Amino acid sequence: MGLTKLQMNSALQAITQDLGQTLGAKGSEFRGQVSALVAPERIVEATRALRDKHGFNMLAALSAVDYWPQREPRFHAVYEFKNIPQKLRLELRVPLNGDEPELDSIAGIFPNANWHERELWDMFGLHIKNHPDLRRILMPEEWAGHPLRKDYPLGYEEVQFTFNFEEIEQRKPRPKE
Amino acid sequence: MGVESKLGNLGIVTTSLEKLVNWGRTGAMWPMLFGLACCAIEMMGSQAPDYDMSRFGMELMRASPRQSDLMIVAGRLSRKMAPVLRRLYDQMPAPKWVISMGDCASCGGVYNNYAIVQGVDEIVPVDVYVAGCPPRPEALIHGVMTLHEKVKGEKIREWA
Amino acid sequence: MTLQQVEITTEELRHLVSNRAIEGETVLLNMGPQHPSTHGVLRLLLELDGETVVNCIPDIGYLHTGIEKNIEAKTYEKAEVMTDRLDYLNTMGNNLAYCLAVEKLVDLDVPERAQAIRVIFTELQRIASHLVWLGTHVLDLAAMSVFFYTFNQRERILDIMEMASGQRMMTTYFRPGGLWRDVPTGFEEAVRTFIDDLPRHLADYEGLLSKNPIFLDRTKKIGVMSGEQGIAWGITGPPLRASGVKYDLRKEEPYSGYEQYDFEIPVVTEGDVYARYWVRMQEMHQSLRIVRQALDKLPKGPFRSNNRKFVPPPRAELGTSMEAVIHHFKLWTEGFSAPKASVYVPVESPRGELGVLLEGDGGPKPYRCYWRTPSFVNLQILPLLSKGHFVADLVAIIGSIDIVLGDTDR
Repeated sequence: MGLTKLQMNSALQAITQDLGQTLGAKGSEFRGQVSALVAPERIVEATRALRDKHGFNMLAALSAVDYWPQREPRFHAVYEFKNIPQKLRLELRVPLNGDEPELDSIAGIFPNANWHERELWDMFGLHIKNHPDLRRILMPEEWAGHPLRKDYPLGYEEVQFTFNFEEIEQRKPRPKE
Repeated sequence: MGVESKLGNLGIVTTSLEKLVNWGRTGAMWPMLFGLACCAIEMMGSQAPDYDMSRFGMELMRASPRQSDLMIVAGRLSRKMAPVLRRLYDQMPAPKWVISMGDCASCGGVYNNYAIVQGVDEIVPVDVYVAGCPPRPEALIHGVMTLHEKVKGEKIREWA
Repeated sequence: MTLQQVEITTEELRHLVSNRAIEGETVLLNMGPQHPSTHGVLRLLLELDGETVVNCIPDIGYLHTGIEKNIEAKTYEKAEVMTDRLDYLNTMGNNLAYCLAVEKLVDLDVPERAQAIRVIFTELQRIASHLVWLGTHVLDLAAMSVFFYTFNQRERILDIMEMASGQRMMTTYFRPGGLWRDVPTGFEEAVRTFIDDLPRHLADYEGLLSKNPIFLDRTKKIGVMSGEQGIAWGITGPPLRASGVKYDLRKEEPYSGYEQYDFEIPVVTEGDVYARYWVRMQEMHQSLRIVRQALDKLPKGPFRSNNRKFVPPPRAELGTSMEAVIHHFKLWTEGFSAPKASVYVPVESPRGELGVLLEGDGGPKPYRCYWRTPSFVNLQILPLLSKGHFVADLVAIIGSIDIVLGDTDR
């Protein structure tokens, strides 16, 4: 139903070529899914071009991947766009360097990026510029650290079995009443 | 024995104060709605007609802690929610009991990480633990009946 | 637990509320995490002018479980256990999304019989999820008897799931490559009895609600959302279809054999609470159609792929074949490895588009597994929809968007 794999690929290849010429994006493909690498300074321009010129009218997902201990790039911010009338999907990846990188907000173009970008700040520590309301969203306000980074520990607690019952019982907090 | 055999057919029952009060407490123990996650759906399922909990007196689930005496912590407790749980427990008037329903509430369950409290008994004192992920409605009812047995065994000395 | 000394003063949150609240003209009310009508631990900060909602600020995160980080610490097969518990009303749908993502990443085939059974269970799960939605939604609108009726029917579906997998809710029945085990005898009969019986119950619910003047009063013209707003805010699923946009992933990007089945997508244009109710009721009828077709067509054959690099061999083979023992050993100790690439697989959950972004790094554990959950995205539009309505209407709107907090907070 919809476009066949070959047509979809050629339409997407044309779009990535256009992005490559105007914004220096590098396209790649894996199992039929097309992804384009865009520099962080050009992300707002790229998003606007995708929405206005190529008809990608929905931001499907926005997340990040941490490649610690590699530092250049340390993060990839992943944007998934969807073109509903023509049934196309495109992924944009933005490489970010360093430990406290900055990224421009696209909440002015796609309103639902608001909470996604708050989650990026909360979980990864990516500071989003020009965001209307950058606060923690999933962790409590007073939390220190950004949990989904690779250098943040899982928080694994030793399980209390019968052989180590007493020693863990001493350290475990129990309510007074 | 004794007095009852003489007075029995006059319609009088003798019992101790303990037994009377404990019978009253178990007869209509009102649970507070504290469904957090998946176990809450099984709790709703045990309230539903197939595994009716109102046979045990728990017809309604009160949303307000001031009007309930049993708190069934159903689901995983995250660190952001822990102070809220403690505050609600403190708002319940005595006598109050806590059932920790499910694996996540009893011991942290499948999740051993930064975000989940490893066992609700780090925050509130628990009377009965019900295991399962999620526990079947019958398991929850068994937990409630165990709690009733425990309450029936309470002594006057422990109330004051 | 690591906390830092942070002072959250009212100055920092001033941008969220209007000036009238600061002056004291409007009331700031906390609809706390523990509330009977918020369908989970959702906290809403309401700014009220009398009974009318001026602004509504959702505060989520009270059920954050760190599932994504936990998945990174387990192998591909073991991590599937975590996925059931995300959207706990659509457990098999979550399993399906994860298995499809793993199969796409490592290029694993799925036999026809497994695909058909997956479709049957996913659609039964969709009906079960919509039944819970209906029961709790109208419970908030004070129609209590429907709650009991729908949960009664849901028990029949849970019986079918228990028959196949041994567990009522968190089944982990779908595995990468197919299913955990084949369906038992008596499965087909049980499903047929159920789908022949359900339509008259659905007619009962519609008879109680669809023309009920109180229900119509409380749901017509409440929380109206237009199609353009929906697309701009990334809304998917029944709320978008109730606003006139005919978009269903089972038709647009079919997976697991959905292109073989003949079903319709219910669409209306009003976009209010009643429209979303009507769309979900029709979806239940369409799901019954799909289950009937899949059951009639159920092909015979293996229930899991034979690719021994990814699927452990059956125990009977271990006594006779050396390769089987080696594969069994490798898969159960280290697990299979995935290439250094990433895939994004969207499926249609009862709430909207559920997407999995799975990235492998050449090793046996997922490097990153991001869940694009529909409730997280759909909840963002709540402040927009509830402006100018009463608090009682706000309760109806929350119910109609159909959020599940496990889905929102992950």
